[in-house]
Amino acid sequence: MLIDWNHFTPWLSLAGGILLGIASALFILVNGRVLGISGIVGGLLSPKAGDVTWRVAFVLGLLAAPMLYASLRGPWAVRIDAGWGTVVAAGLLVGIGTRYASGCTSGHGVCGLSRLSPRSLVATICFMATGFLVVYVVRHAIG
Amino acid sequence: MKRILEHGLSEFLIGLLFGFGLILSGMTDPGKVIGFLDLFGTWDPSLAFVMGGAVAVGVVAFGLAKKRTANVLGSAMRLPTSDDIDARLILGSVLFGAGWGLAGFCPGPALVSLGAGQDKAVVFVVGMVLGMLVFEVLERRKAKAIAAAA
Repeated sequence: MLIDWNHFTPWLSLAGGILLGIASALFILVNGRVLGISGIVGGLLSPKAGDVTWRVAFVLGLLAAPMLYASLRGPWAVRIDAGWGTVVAAGLLVGIGTRYASGCTSGHGVCGLSRLSPRSLVATICFMATGFLVVYVVRHAIG
Repeated sequence: MKRILEHGLSEFLIGLLFGFGLILSGMTDPGKVIGFLDLFGTWDPSLAFVMGGAVAVGVVAFGLAKKRTANVLGSAMRLPTSDDIDARLILGSVLFGAGWGLAGFCPGPALVSLGAGQDKAVVFVVGMVLGMLVFEVLERRKAKAIAAAA
């Protein structure tokens, strides 16, 4: 195995991860909810009375984060190789898949593993393994 | 203060913190995500540190949360109740993983990048919301069919 030392950022990634953990901790302890992005967004597509404002507020926080980040730390690296068609297909797969699985990297990955949930562990293994496989196929088998 | 927190301020601030953490960690760089998923090429292990940091804090918080019957604002805790490991969970996660590997975006980082005005993130989120709508339509059809059969 070769390590990509040029892009490896252990400390920044660890610090960012700790912030994700703190946000998830606040959300479950203050609001009593699991911080799962796909569930929060998905709930807006079948809106129920009294269940919309907090979801919109959360999404607005996510959307405002780049402004805060840019004002404190400046620009950040973004590399996107996927073409437009791939991006659309990927979005569709992520949308359908996360709703059937009732969770994504945040709800199953961060919160589910933190809850020691076997269901979330299975979900995380499945999406990570498929991610490894798809990148292998795209980059090395057909790339 | 409690009323303001109850009307979306706490969610907004937590969303802001979560989004900031996603950018700092590298999750909003699809190249970095794919570098992590490229186990058989030149591998960037950074995202393992993201997960490690997040879960280290999360384990403590959810340990505390499981012992509580109400949240800090005084309303009910909503911890997930399902422990089913079924085809929906597995196939859904496989579809999600495929999309994640293709573009390098998962839902949170895609929304944050949309907030930064990145064109491909905009298109990805449109696809993602359409995918979620497909799920809603299929679920409603299924519920109707079950209701009609009963």
